[in-house]
Amino acid sequence: MKKTKRTFVFLILLALVLTFIVIPENFIIAFPFGGTKQTITLNPPEININLFGLKLQKKFTTHLGLDLAGGTQVSLEADMTGIEEADKQDSLESAKQVIERRVNFFGVSEPVVQSAMSGTTYRILVELPGVTNTEEALALVGQTANLEFREVIEQSIDASVSAYLLPTLENTKSVGITGKDLKKSSIQFNTETGEPEVSIQFTPDGTKKFSEVTKRMVGKQLAIFLDDMPIMAPTVSTEISDGQGVISGGFTVEGAKQLSIQLNAGALPVPVKVVEKRTIGATLGTESVMKSTRAGMIGLGLVALFMIIQYGWLGVLADLALIMYGLITFSLYRLIPVTLTLPGIAGFILSIGMAVDSNILIFSRYKEELRKGKPWHIAMELGFGKAWESIRDANFTTIITSIILFNPANWSFLPTSGLVRGFAATLFIGVITSLFTGIVVTRTFIRVLYKGPKMKKGEQS
Amino acid sequence: MIRFSKYIWIYICISALVLILGIYSLLRFGLQPSVDFTGGTLLEMKFAKSISTETIEQIAEKEQFPVMTVQTIGTSSYGIRAGIASDEVITSFQAALASEIGEAPEILRKETVGPILGAELLFKSVVAALLAIAAILLYVAYAFKNIKFGVSAIIALIHDVLIVFGSFSLFGHFFGVEVDTLFMTAFLTTMSFSVHDTIVIFDRIREYRKKDPRGNIREISDIALNETMGRSLINSFTIIFMLLALVLMGGESVKWFATALLIGTITGTYSSPFVATPFVILWESLEQKKKKKLL
Repeated sequence: MKKTKRTFVFLILLALVLTFIVIPENFIIAFPFGGTKQTITLNPPEININLFGLKLQKKFTTHLGLDLAGGTQVSLEADMTGIEEADKQDSLESAKQVIERRVNFFGVSEPVVQSAMSGTTYRILVELPGVTNTEEALALVGQTANLEFREVIEQSIDASVSAYLLPTLENTKSVGITGKDLKKSSIQFNTETGEPEVSIQFTPDGTKKFSEVTKRMVGKQLAIFLDDMPIMAPTVSTEISDGQGVISGGFTVEGAKQLSIQLNAGALPVPVKVVEKRTIGATLGTESVMKSTRAGMIGLGLVALFMIIQYGWLGVLADLALIMYGLITFSLYRLIPVTLTLPGIAGFILSIGMAVDSNILIFSRYKEELRKGKPWHIAMELGFGKAWESIRDANFTTIITSIILFNPANWSFLPTSGLVRGFAATLFIGVITSLFTGIVVTRTFIRVLYKGPKMKKGEQS
Repeated sequence: MIRFSKYIWIYICISALVLILGIYSLLRFGLQPSVDFTGGTLLEMKFAKSISTETIEQIAEKEQFPVMTVQTIGTSSYGIRAGIASDEVITSFQAALASEIGEAPEILRKETVGPILGAELLFKSVVAALLAIAAILLYVAYAFKNIKFGVSAIIALIHDVLIVFGSFSLFGHFFGVEVDTLFMTAFLTTMSFSVHDTIVIFDRIREYRKKDPRGNIREISDIALNETMGRSLINSFTIIFMLLALVLMGGESVKWFATALLIGTITGTYSSPFVATPFVILWESLEQKKKKKLL
């Protein structure tokens, strides 16, 4: 009982903190004070801590998708010089796919990437939700990401000087290994210096080539170029035959992440340049959004009312647990952050409907046990115990589905698109949270706040 | 107690009727893909003053111009995504705008755009869905220590997905409803809801099986169905309330999305006791008969 009380207090505190996080943006409260009207504008909190050089910055704002809030549209024009007329459309299509992979690699922000043609211009339209921080995204979409390994051409200067030679395109020549020979790359941190690095893994073919080159070049410099710019030029110490390598070169975390995304997504088949960058409005009218939100609220109210009619005081407690569910999921949306689109919100409202399910399962079990003549508190605990197996199995299948759709390992045969990913992310958050509220929150609320069904006169509990 | 297992042939008839209708429509009419899948025309128009995107949408609807979305670009320019439209159609739309608004818009750009959801992504999503189905089958078979439960849950799932697709094929043919990216989301939701509901019933069967391993599957399922029917209906009603509110009062853009979800929820609720469970019963009875013959 003591432990239950502690959990209860913890849940109340959690609810308070979460309420603080989900405060609407620019929410205005007006109240009369001393004859004049006072207003307070509420905003979600911001964390801005600078502790011993460790910067922690977090703004708890809702990220809205292109359909609800619009964003930034970037037009990229493909340079088709030197490409056969018949191949132009294919080149544009594959460039679009590379850019799509890049913008979708880590995010769940549901961008739109589209090819556009008119006459002789071939463009790719990239639409990103939100207007801030597009510079970063631009740097990501526009680069051709041509990785190349080059060896320094032997020169008649003595060895001690050439060890510090700055590689350029002129004094090096290609060794025939490019980004195409990479299987995958990821970001990692140097165990000694803590600096971010990009680890690379070659394809079987690339491994063979790399092994031959490093064997031949022991003691010599092997330069790595990205888009014809040298990033690093390490000296080969031994032959590398396992196909693993590390690119380090004073990267920032962002820089290393970007390079790894670009290498994974592949190089652009045609050079592109940004021709335009503009702000675009929402694709859905505000009227439609308002209507849908109101409909959702009415639906939600009906569900809450239904629970109370069906289960009485227990229904009230289940509704409280639902409010908790709403607070937790919405806070997670802001923390992660998950970009909210209209289907996302519909999914969220729907998941509230589904979150009721674990409560309904538990309550119907409880009623059954009660009918068998068990005292209510034992019936309740039995109800939780017996419902658990079905809750576990039913939710576990949904968790499997959401993980496969999210494709966390970025397997190329599964979707990496923001749309499917965004759906999977909201589904996953919804299921995990509903498990927590269905089991922990409802149970604690009932243990602390529920005093059993109303006694008829003369009955003993 | 209702003897649900007595009426299996009725459920088969109902499902077969709906499925045949849906599959026929899918084969005959197919689905109407929206601009999201096919690509189309992207227009950019500039007006002297700013007008609401809803006004443009309304005029487009009146003129039967195949507009999908209208969004503002900057202050008084508008990006219009539409289905494939010929130059004449665009010109007459432009004229209609001019007469309604009192100002002829200047067309800044007219481009043919590719799909937002291309063939590659569509294919990958199907692969992911199939993989998820396989994983669910294995998990249910493992959790219930019986492959029959896994297969039956998946049969019910395919049943539900086919009904959602079939009804949208009919809607597409008769009301011109298009299948878009939102529909994809509804399809994925139906998938997970269908299995969720089935497992709750299977869990009861499992429980009685443990108590009485030699019990008749028909009797056990009848008890399980009687006991879970209440919770299944209550649970589905909460979701149906929510969706009905969205269908009846929601904005134009979510109406069909909510309809797809509504159909998915209804068939998902129906298929658990009336498709998945009968399938397990029939399978078990068939096995029993075989055993008897051997003896």
